[in-house]
Order: sequence, then structure tokens, then C-alpha cells
Amino acid sequence: MTDAGTDSGWFESVPPDDLEAARKAIENGSGESPKDWPTRAVEAGFAEDKEEYYDRLHEATIYAAREAAREAERADDKQLVHALRAMDDTERTANELSERLEEWAGALLDIEIDATGLDFAAVVADEDPENATEERAVSLAQRVVDLRAERDDLRTFIERRAPEVAPNLAEMAGPVLAARLISLAGGLEPLAKKPSGTVQVLGAEDALFAHLRGHAPSPKHGVIFTHEFVRGTRLEDRGSASRALAGKLSIAARIDHYSGDMRPDLHEELRDRMDTIRARANEADEAEVIDE
Amino acid sequence: MSELPAGVERRTVAGEERLTTEGEPVYGEPTVDGRRVWDAGRSKLGAMLELEMDTRLEGGESVLYLGAASGTTVSHVADFSGPTYAVEFAPRPVRQLVEVAAGRPRLFPLLADARKPKEYAGVVEADLDCIVQDVATRGQADVANRNAQFLTEGGLLLAAVKARSEDVVAEPDEVFEEVTTTLEQEYDVLETVRLDPYHEDHLGVVARRR
Repeated sequence: MTDAGTDSGWFESVPPDDLEAARKAIENGSGESPKDWPTRAVEAGFAEDKEEYYDRLHEATIYAAREAAREAERADDKQLVHALRAMDDTERTANELSERLEEWAGALLDIEIDATGLDFAAVVADEDPENATEERAVSLAQRVVDLRAERDDLRTFIERRAPEVAPNLAEMAGPVLAARLISLAGGLEPLAKKPSGTVQVLGAEDALFAHLRGHAPSPKHGVIFTHEFVRGTRLEDRGSASRALAGKLSIAARIDHYSGDMRPDLHEELRDRMDTIRARANEADEAEVIDE
Repeated sequence: MSELPAGVERRTVAGEERLTTEGEPVYGEPTVDGRRVWDAGRSKLGAMLELEMDTRLEGGESVLYLGAASGTTVSHVADFSGPTYAVEFAPRPVRQLVEVAAGRPRLFPLLADARKPKEYAGVVEADLDCIVQDVATRGQADVANRNAQFLTEGGLLLAAVKARSEDVVAEPDEVFEEVTTTLEQEYDVLETVRLDPYHEDHLGVVARRR
């Protein structure tokens, strides 16, 4: 996202009839705070009066929203997978570099603060280097901060794109986990074709093969562990929870691949099932109270 | 009975008292005398009015609508309000929202994230009269607080809070209490009503910016 300067309205430096320029200004603009834009636009000569300003705003917002929606409709799962993998790479690299930086700049710049990792990198990035060595360390810190920002932008992109590519899967799993499942399966179509037992253990391949070789218990869950329904369920019931979740996730992936409609009922069914599974914990608690 | 905003009227449709507004039909809703029925079962703000919450709307307000979705409710709001900015995050419903807005010259659709008001602070004007909020995301109170900057002092917040978006398994009442407390950082909460039977586990909130 580019910053078009603080506190500037979308209409500044947009010729009144240039819809494409208006679209770019609306999409990329960012301001510190809202202002009385209609009055400012009239003062700046963008429009004769407020009514004309609103007419132009209407035309521009309709055009921008229509174009942005159209672009998103062309979204495909390949781009989502690339974005997710790039997000993971930027995160891993930023973390690695920030460890290197801690080792290097910690002693070099004599910084005494209680920060580690990326927070530390942010502090170093703001230092004024005094010699060639410090210059390199500070410059490296700035790259780390940039990488971190890129990671955040990629995440925002995924949050926006995943519901387009797979609306039900993204609604159920959250956009990032949805993208991760698609990535692990190698695409939405392969994911839609996988049995739910496979979806349940996607991302737990090491544990699965250890089990198949016969010297480990079967894994209960793969990446779906990050889902609140699994992680937030007590240990004894996690197997049931991840089985139920994986079942609905694979149905969601099939609907998304073959039809693309949003199906609220499916999400309701999963919630009911989760309520039932979690109720077991309460029943167990109550039984204990009675025993005492 | 609390007063309806000018432009919203009760009419008898098929033997039932229904809310109606004047304007072009958008989603196949029934019409009567050129007025279209505002279905409280499909619209949380509609339910708030149907349940006789005092929204303090008079009609003609300038509005920021967060979570416009495909424009069902926002079409009614724009038909009795002044300039209306409609923010929606998901591109798919925006396609329909654009069609709804195309026929309403003071309705401005924006594909943006309501959690990040900076994305649209250069487009949406300051000192608005009212925010209508219906976003199904975690942190609904934070969304309202962050957007308070668009309201004039004493401006209204009309929000529908969905318990399950905050926490799928917690008791709705606990969630609502937490949300209300968070809202009080920026607003005076004037009235809260559960939106049953129209919308399960939703709380209607009327609040005023401090």
C-alpha cells in the first residue's frame, strides 16, 4: 500500500474525468484521519459545489468497486498458494535475520533494551550508524523490518483472496488456514478430491508415516490443529473434534470447487457438532462434582 | 412505540404490519404502493426497528455503513438517508452492492476493510451523523471504536453484534457484556436488545459517541 501523503483526499491530483486515476486514488489512498472532504474538494476546484462532488464521488466509487470486484473474481488458487508460501518464507527469513542481528548489533551498538527478535530489529533500524560496520548492521535491520511489513501485506492479501477462491473453506477454517490446506494439497481441486481422513492429517506427514511404519500412534490432526475448534477442545476430545472439523472442511472444499456458493447450513451443522463434543467436558465436570 | 425515521413507514402487507421504504426493489422483496418491504429477518437494522428500539434516527442522516454485504439493508438505509458510505470487505457481495448503489446517487460503495479505517479515511468524510455496523468478524467493538473518528460529537452508532463471531462456544450474554464494556471507551451505550426471534444470538446496540 502506498501512502498518498497524510490527510489528503482521494480527489487531490485526480483530473475530474479520469476514472482510472480516481480508482487508483481510492484503492491506494490512506489518510491519518477523515476530513470534510466535500468542502475541501470544492475549495480545491475539483467540483463546483457539494452536489457535483457527490456526483463525481458516486461515479468514482462505483467504478472502483466494480473493477476491484471483477479483478477478485478472476482470483485463482495458484496465486493464493504462492502468496501463502511467500508469507511463510518472509516470516522465516525475517526471524532468521533478526537472530543474526541480535548477535551482531547487540554488542556493536551497545543497545540496552528489553527487546528481542523483530522488536529488536525495529529499534536497531532507527539507530544512527556512526561507522561502516554500524551502517551495515542498521541497514540489515531495516531489511528485516521491511520483510516483516511484506509479510503483513501478504497476510492481508491472503485474508482478502481466500474467501474469493474458497468461500466456505475460508469461512470455516479462517482465510490463512484455508490457504494452508489448499497449499498442502497442491490446489483446491486436489483438496476437494481428498477423503476427509487425509484432510485431517494434512501437514502431519512425518507422524503419519512413522505410524504407517508401525512405530507410532496415528496422528490426530495436522495443520487443522491451529483451528480454535481443535486447539480449544480438551485433550480427550481432540480426536473427535478434528475428525468432525476435517469432515466438514472437506465438504466445504468440494462445494467451493464444484459450485462456489456460500452454504450457511454447513457452518451451522459444524457448530452444533462442536457444541455436542464440548458438552462432554461439562458433563465430565458435573459427574466429578457429584462424585465428590 | 418509538418513532420510525422519516421515510420508513409501517404498511399492511398480506395481512401483516411490515416496515417499508420508498425506492427501487433490489432483492425480490415484496412491494406495496411503490414501497418495498424491509424484511426484519434479513436485516439486523430492520429487526432493531421492528423490535421498537429507539434508534434516534430522524431520516436524512449522513451514514457510514460497515459490513454492507450485498446491500440488502444498505439499500433501505440509503433510501431514507443523506450521503451513505457503504464499506464491505469481501469482493463477491460487492458486485451486487455496486448494482444496488448504481441506482442510488448518494450511496457510495467501498471495497475496504472496516478494521482498517485508514484505508478509506481519504474518501469517507468526517462529522457523519451515524454509523451502522453489521460486521461478522472477531473484535466487533474494536471496529466500532476505530471508526468513531468519522462521527460528529454525539453521533449515533447502531450496531448488530454477533456473539458467535467473538467466540463460538461462549455464552452470548458474556460476549455481549464484554463487547458493551469495550464500546464504552468511545461511546455511551444507550440501549441494547437481543434481536431474537429475527436473528439468533445477536445484540442490537444503540450508542452515542462521547
